[in-house]
Amino acid sequence: MAEHYKPFKYKPWEMSLEQRFQEVFPPYSQREAMQEANRCLYCFDAPCIVACPTHIDIPTFIKKIATDNVRGSARTILESNLLGATCSRVCPVEELCEGACVLAHDHKPITIGRLQRYSMDYASSHKIKFFEPGKANGYKIAIVGSGPAGLSCAGELAKLGFDITVFEKKKWGGGLDTYGIVVFREPVEVSLSEVKMIEDMGVKFKFNHAIGEQVTFQQLVDEYDAVFVSVGLGNVPSMEIPGEDLDGVLDGLDFIEETKTEALSTIKYGQRVCIIGAGNTGIDCATIARRLGSQRVMIVYRRSEAEMPAYPFEYEFAMREGVNFMFLTNPVEVIGKDGKVVALRCQRMDLGEPDASQRRKPVAVPDSEFDIPCDMVITAIGQKKLSNVVDALVKLGVHTDRGYILVEDGTNRTAHPKIFAGGDCIRNKGEASTVMAVEDGKIAARGIAKKFAIQLEEVKQGAKG
Amino acid sequence: MKKKPDLSIDFCGIKSPNPFWLASAPPSNSGYQVQKAFEDGWGGAVWKTIGAPVLNVCNRYGTMDYKGSKIIGLNNVELISDRPIEVNLREMAEVKRNFPNHAVIASIMVESKKEAWQEIVKRTEETGIDGFELNFGCPHGMSERGMGSAMGQVPEYTCMVTEWVMEVATKPVIVKLTPNVTDIVQPARAALKAKCDALSLINTINSIMGVDLDTFELRPNVGGKGGHGGYAGPAVKPIALHLLSAVGSDPEVMASKVPISGIGGVETWQDAVEFMLLGSTSVQVCTAVMHWGFRIVEDMVDGLSNWMEEKGFEKCTDFIGKSLPRISNFGDFDLGFQTVARINHDKCVQCNLCFIACNDAAHQCIDLKELKLKDEVNERLWPVVREKDCVGCDLCSVVCPVDDCISMVEVDGGRPHITWNELTKSRPEVLEWDKMEQYRKEANIHIH
Repeated sequence: MAEHYKPFKYKPWEMSLEQRFQEVFPPYSQREAMQEANRCLYCFDAPCIVACPTHIDIPTFIKKIATDNVRGSARTILESNLLGATCSRVCPVEELCEGACVLAHDHKPITIGRLQRYSMDYASSHKIKFFEPGKANGYKIAIVGSGPAGLSCAGELAKLGFDITVFEKKKWGGGLDTYGIVVFREPVEVSLSEVKMIEDMGVKFKFNHAIGEQVTFQQLVDEYDAVFVSVGLGNVPSMEIPGEDLDGVLDGLDFIEETKTEALSTIKYGQRVCIIGAGNTGIDCATIARRLGSQRVMIVYRRSEAEMPAYPFEYEFAMREGVNFMFLTNPVEVIGKDGKVVALRCQRMDLGEPDASQRRKPVAVPDSEFDIPCDMVITAIGQKKLSNVVDALVKLGVHTDRGYILVEDGTNRTAHPKIFAGGDCIRNKGEASTVMAVEDGKIAARGIAKKFAIQLEEVKQGAKG
Repeated sequence: MKKKPDLSIDFCGIKSPNPFWLASAPPSNSGYQVQKAFEDGWGGAVWKTIGAPVLNVCNRYGTMDYKGSKIIGLNNVELISDRPIEVNLREMAEVKRNFPNHAVIASIMVESKKEAWQEIVKRTEETGIDGFELNFGCPHGMSERGMGSAMGQVPEYTCMVTEWVMEVATKPVIVKLTPNVTDIVQPARAALKAKCDALSLINTINSIMGVDLDTFELRPNVGGKGGHGGYAGPAVKPIALHLLSAVGSDPEVMASKVPISGIGGVETWQDAVEFMLLGSTSVQVCTAVMHWGFRIVEDMVDGLSNWMEEKGFEKCTDFIGKSLPRISNFGDFDLGFQTVARINHDKCVQCNLCFIACNDAAHQCIDLKELKLKDEVNERLWPVVREKDCVGCDLCSVVCPVDDCISMVEVDGGRPHITWNELTKSRPEVLEWDKMEQYRKEANIHIH
């Protein structure tokens, strides 16, 4: 029986640590991919294309798998989305393309994500180079942050002949795709090979370059014709409860990053782990802990199942992995002994009236405090805004809203004529995702190209006059 | 309890517990196989052709696979039995002893000499088999040696050899026809002229299965070379049904009342019923067995029996040939029969395949429109048929992936119920375009 058809049994001790951190879904074989591709109805004016934020021509790339033109399939994907390999693994396809599939109603939707991964894997294993840098047009663009928005913008602009330099504060490119996505969803090599692909398009990368340290926005604005800001967000904010500084309290993003950058055997994990926050990062931390070997993993969330931000399929995945959930439970203190975490003190909550987020507000139940014994607490309650970056931009005239950068629809230009932005740092409403960041990068690339195309036109006219 | 339908048949005196026979082919190559097939439920078997000595080659099969489905068509370059005649005859006798109530038919083919044909008939009859099938159809290997389809393609040869056989045979003789001719009725009539007892059709169709895009070799590949082989399997069924009905509705064949054994792409009981409705008394199966084994006959028998019970048929002769009278010519079709496509928007999944097919490949009479259906929010456009322009071609309904979503509804457009033959007889002037236009106006036929 093929591995992925075996009934699920959570028996990590039967697998090596490395096996536990392989991609959850094995790649499709050629036959599997072809059979699935042949199931696609090849809709005319297909709804999946509309549902994809980057508007990949999905029926066309699937048809090409069916005809064994996988190279053409990969190109079709990359023409709309340079980060097709990452998106095929991390996109919430149930909410996007697959959710829109006409077969989703009473049949099984086409597994678009798995098929996209098949084509992307093919392109990668065959080392196919799809795009060349465009003829140099003389304009220099700086990109700050090499996450999906930055890479997408860089690649699209490179195709048009712009001279691109990407400034990245970390030692590797890829942003959260590299550092923040759990390894059994996306191996780090996949994201790094996307960085490599952009680099091969003539884009220069300056790693270990942080804004305000090695370089400033003022310098970039002075030296470059335009700047694209895709700095993302920061670490997990403080919970503002006592005991947060105890040994054994971890930032969820740091915890995930460790699994991407360090040897799995060296990662410390607790036997009884409490995760605070039921978003997708919380789920990732919980499932990582389980796969590392934690006996008991509890996700503590102050609202109920209905308000939980994690995608339904992530919730189901966590439950299959043996993660426990405690809803309507608010952590109030981390209890320590000898400087180390020994318990998480919580109180019970009830749901009250809807709050500003339109979700029912949790209200504490009096005298309901109790302790959950644990030896590790991982926080995953969202991400901080990068206030130093935002403040620096505000000084240059960029407008912001609650710490998010404001941009113009259709061009992603900020209030500053030379500064554009995209990715999580502009996502002041709705959910942030890799695929939306990729689209942001494309929109900004078009906005930047348009800006200079117009200027080029003016220059020509001036020359004539 | 209601009596189970009787599936047994009498095929020109050959008795069989059901109409399902193994065709003369690799599955009926040996006594071991035929006995196993009978144990599994097959009613009869036409033994793999015995006769002239042969040598086989390696890589004998090529397949037509379609969108993940294996073997919708199968091509072969295997020859007739390469086992010694004595062995085959001994095993035929043994099978007949063990299964006296099953049909065992010997397929034979020898060089075009009277003595050779008459000798093999006599030798084979001694085994106690129930009848003969004359292989005038094998399209590869044997035909190049003047046998198989080389005989079946020339009606005079068909008649001559059949006469030789009829002179000495005491058992019923079936003549198996090749489809690799322009008009299959001609060899059928030639066989009847020689007083054969029955016909069977079709043998396999000349074919080249494909070319390997990496090695440039043909499929099947015989040491770097390839050539035409015999094509069979589900894909050939429509061709077989046509040739069956062409033979079955020929006045001379009808007058002779000889039974026909239908062959060509039979895989399920439904396929078998279709062949029988178009005049087959028995059906012969090869490719499906090569793909799945003998066990498929269980569902064939079961499915046929259930279908007969549902339809109220007690025995096979109740429905054999039932649809044959519907076989007609284009000139006799009713020009006044009019249908239009109707889309059931409750079932429509908005794949828009009907739209693009109608627009690109038919008559541009489906529009994509905004529709307010129920309370559901649906921003996508819906395919809607412009019925006054719909020509009733049926393309949209055949491409629709949803069952019962697009139906072709009969409408009365006021067109006269007249056939082309009647029309051109009564008004021969319509063969001129201007008069045709005039007639169309009268008949309320508008082509947009």
